Amino acid sequence: MTVAIPAVPLGKVTHPMKEVYLDYAATTPVSSEVMSEMLPYFSDVYGNPSSIHKAGEDAAQGVRLARSRVANFLNCDPEEIIFTSGATEGNNSVIKSATKTQVSGEKPHIVISAVEHSSVLEPAKEAADEGLVDLTIIPVQPNGRVDSDLILQSIRPETVLISIMYANNETGVIQPIEEIGKRIAELNKTRKNKIVFHTDAVQAVNYLNCDVKNLDVDIMTLSAHKIYGPKGVGVLLVKKGTLIHPLLVGGGQEYGLRAGTLNTAGIVGIGTAIEQVQNYRAENERMAVVRNYLLDGILSSIDGSFLNGSRENSLPNIANVRFEGVEGESVMMALNDKGFFVSTGSACASESLSPSHVLLAMGLSEIDAHGSVRFSIGRYTEEKDIKELLSVLPEIIDRLRNISGSIKEDIKKLVT
Amino acid sequence: MYSKEIIDHFQNPKNMGAIEGVDAVGSVGNPVCGDIMKIYIKVGKNESGEDAIKDIGFETLGCVAAISTTSMITEMAKGKTLDEAMKIEFKDVESALGEIPPVKLHCADLSVRALREAIGQYKNSNRIS
Repeated sequence: MTVAIPAVPLGKVTHPMKEVYLDYAATTPVSSEVMSEMLPYFSDVYGNPSSIHKAGEDAAQGVRLARSRVANFLNCDPEEIIFTSGATEGNNSVIKSATKTQVSGEKPHIVISAVEHSSVLEPAKEAADEGLVDLTIIPVQPNGRVDSDLILQSIRPETVLISIMYANNETGVIQPIEEIGKRIAELNKTRKNKIVFHTDAVQAVNYLNCDVKNLDVDIMTLSAHKIYGPKGVGVLLVKKGTLIHPLLVGGGQEYGLRAGTLNTAGIVGIGTAIEQVQNYRAENERMAVVRNYLLDGILSSIDGSFLNGSRENSLPNIANVRFEGVEGESVMMALNDKGFFVSTGSACASESLSPSHVLLAMGLSEIDAHGSVRFSIGRYTEEKDIKELLSVLPEIIDRLRNISGSIKEDIKKLVT
Repeated sequence: MYSKEIIDHFQNPKNMGAIEGVDAVGSVGNPVCGDIMKIYIKVGKNESGEDAIKDIGFETLGCVAAISTTSMITEMAKGKTLDEAMKIEFKDVESALGEIPPVKLHCADLSVRALREAIGQYKNSNRIS
């Protein structure tokens, strides 16, 4: 197979037209403040933070500051912060650790929800397939929320881990993490083998309270590139006293829980990014206003368009919408041609053809799940961007519905 | 991800839409995979007196590749005799469109099946072997 060579040098912007980025849930640009704080750590401060000479110590200082900033944000001790390569590593570590947890000769039992990110779902399914764990997948309601009663009912004596995401990446639906956390903590008081409660908070960090004491969370996964930090760095908060087996072993970095030379610049980046999140909390309301403008604009101007999930208990920046009689990728590519960047479900799933497991879990049919598009806004989205989107989207949907013609009616006959 | 040809057919599909008074319709795909295609054909004699595709149209609910492959195959089949059209393979559609991403190759296959189903249906109802 031939490898395509990019027609322009890497890093050059290829689109002369105006671009409107509406895919902040996939990733965010690095903010200028984050960028400028990171830069010296690529070259000037080049030491290995684990070295004890001055070059190393200088780098270690940057890491220490970042660690304390993250700890401050999560209301935990700096020693509870483990830097990782990102959320996929964090989530894999948690699941794989649970497979090694001994429960008096019994097979460990893991509980997750049906709408978890694939970096939780896939390792959990793999571990179950390999016979390492028993896995319970808790269904969600049509609004995308899990019922904490169902989680509590699924607990067994050999349950070692419950992993429920804080807010969903495809729909923005928020799970009742504090309620679940408190109920598990209550239960743990009388249990011999404690249940570890983990939450993937990657999408939540920008908008929701992540005080882990308040949430009663034992382990939390975070990622820098969703909060205007760099790609390739994340955090695993592991509360003291929580048992976790490292995924990567070697040089014993990160209190022996994550071996590997520290990504100094990236770590400095996530520290600055998370501190900035605090300053942008006042933006949440503005974000919800812009999101609602987008959503109301779509629903009122396009017949046969529906919100997946609900506006309540949802992040202020995501709108997942399905359009009857069209397929999501076509909408995405037609918008792309006009300079609007959105996504179908999650960017991670675009390589696979199966419809979103999140939308299917919410009770959507395959065809409805295929017809869904995620719009996610962010810090740099303005109302005029949405106005421009709304000026092109109805025409695109119309055009695609002309192409699908009578097929929409055929499907209705199939279903009824 | 997509070639210029694929995007062109996606943006300006050829032979789009159902045709009135057609002789046969081939319908393939299913809601699970997300791609559904219908190919409509009108058959008539060509100059040599053979059965040929006089008019053709399509409807597709699906991704970019699904729309462009059906658009392309209708262009390729138009005017061909039924036997010639029957011989169009997914590789022919692929090479006509430039490179199709591997994960989307089944779309080219679906479009071939839709066309063949339409031709098969016509032959069956007209007792042509």
